[in-house]
Amino acid sequence: MIESYRLRQTIGKMLLYLLLTVAAIVMIFPLYTGLVTSLLGADELSTYPPKLFPSGFHWQNYVDAARQAPLLRFILNSFIQSTGVMILQLFTASLAAFAFAYLPFKGKHILFLVFLSTMMIPWESTIIPNYLFVQKIGWDDTYLGLIAPFMATAFGTFLLRQFFMSIPKDLHDAAIIDGCSNFRYLTTILLPLARPALGTLAVYSFLQTYNQYLWPLLITNSTEMRTVQIGITMLQVFEREQWQVVLAGVVTVMIPTLILFVVANRQLIRGLTAGALKG
Amino acid sequence: MATSVSLQNTPSKRRWRTLREWLNALPYLAPSLIVFTVFVFYPLIRSVILSLYGTNPIGQMTNFVGLKYYQRLWESESYHNSLLVTLKFVLYTVPGVLIVSLILSTLANLRLKGISIYRIAFALTISISGATAALLFMFLYHPIIGTLNYLLSFINIGPIPWLIDTKYALFAVAIPRIWLQTGFATVLLLAGMQGISDEYYEAATIDGAGFWQSWRNITLPLITPSLFFLLVVITLNAFQTFTEVNVLTGGGPIDSTQVVVHEIYRSFYFNGQYGYASAQALILFVIILSLTIVQFGVLEKRVHYE
Repeated sequence: MIESYRLRQTIGKMLLYLLLTVAAIVMIFPLYTGLVTSLLGADELSTYPPKLFPSGFHWQNYVDAARQAPLLRFILNSFIQSTGVMILQLFTASLAAFAFAYLPFKGKHILFLVFLSTMMIPWESTIIPNYLFVQKIGWDDTYLGLIAPFMATAFGTFLLRQFFMSIPKDLHDAAIIDGCSNFRYLTTILLPLARPALGTLAVYSFLQTYNQYLWPLLITNSTEMRTVQIGITMLQVFEREQWQVVLAGVVTVMIPTLILFVVANRQLIRGLTAGALKG
Repeated sequence: MATSVSLQNTPSKRRWRTLREWLNALPYLAPSLIVFTVFVFYPLIRSVILSLYGTNPIGQMTNFVGLKYYQRLWESESYHNSLLVTLKFVLYTVPGVLIVSLILSTLANLRLKGISIYRIAFALTISISGATAALLFMFLYHPIIGTLNYLLSFINIGPIPWLIDTKYALFAVAIPRIWLQTGFATVLLLAGMQGISDEYYEAATIDGAGFWQSWRNITLPLITPSLFFLLVVITLNAFQTFTEVNVLTGGGPIDSTQVVVHEIYRSFYFNGQYGYASAQALILFVIILSLTIVQFGVLEKRVHYE
């Protein structure tokens, strides 16, 4: 009796692992083929059936991708834009979140709704005046133009405010009585405590900016100012049938975000689910 | 403490205090407020004005035209087409993402050794951009060297002319989107499933319920709020779709993948019709706003029921 029960359980478990593995393969498959193809030789690509496993490691494709498009320049541009947006968002959001969580002032509730309302205005519906404005003041094709519109974040303010409010208010009162100014309280006591929330916002905003497409497409014109997402599609246009080179480029630009995903998995998931679960 | 000071609340003192509190808070709020004013609120108003004016090729307003652009949109076949294409896109992506992520999150919720590795594999796409996903699929769809048609040939399907046939193009654009959003959706549903107390399942097991019955009668009802949230988010995202279309098809063949944002992009970026494009952008704003309000309404309800 017990023997057969155990056997059934083992078989059931194996079936579940099989299902899990099939599902994982399906999810990873597009990435996997991209990686395998980026390592193929030019002659291997034109043979039928398509190769599902690498035969060797043609690193030359990566060298070609870096040479034919200034891939490293694109990555540098995206890093400058994403880091800039990230730092500025951390700065503006912590200040605003502090005011909303600790400072008394009239109309706080309405102002908070004003902040939240920016999340209901899709970026696409204000993009034309923003495009015209950035062009007019000569910020097109500059880092300033890539960064400026995203310097503040309602989502980040909301996230940090929630965290600040979970810290006992007595701590603030005690610090103020001891003669600590609000600003010093924020920078020396509150922000170090809020490191998990700041980490979540940092990872989230970096990733969002790094993966941006429409705005950099509109306001960058020169090759030197293109960000990765635009640059990589340009590589595809130039190298139409050299897919091993194009995919080497695709894999290269994905590496930073994949590393970010593996290293900061927890923060990223917390950021993505924060808006959803807190309602 | 500052609050114990004013025992006699004369109107002027109260006003003074309100002002002082404001001056106190302003330095903290000003950076965000300035950015929102310059890049969100002012442009929104500017969009409304722009949609009522004729413009020259560099976007300066020339003459007042009233509601002419809205009237033109009402009659425009290509605008109707873009709305229809977007709705179809919603019909592809919403069920696609929901079904796949329900399966994946149910699997990821199993208590097995090494499950965290599978969870990472399922969530991986949250770090991938629309542009790179589109390029990966562009290769998979390739008529000669693409892997997808080759694999489908084993089950006697195809070859499918993914991006060149109006019948398949929108579907082909939707697949990378489904793939990308499944990562996020699975993470979200899994979080919802993990929030369900074990007691429910234990009680069901005692009552003789099998896995399937527990899933249907406990898991599914309790994650309905998350499912609804996803439904709205995927719909919102579908209305804002641009990247995959721009990379894979450029709106073609014969406008079969011309979604609303791509239509806006074509109107102002290529045709220089800033006013006309602004009118479209405002209609998009109204659609998104309505959907967001519906979402908040339902979330509100969910709080009441719990």
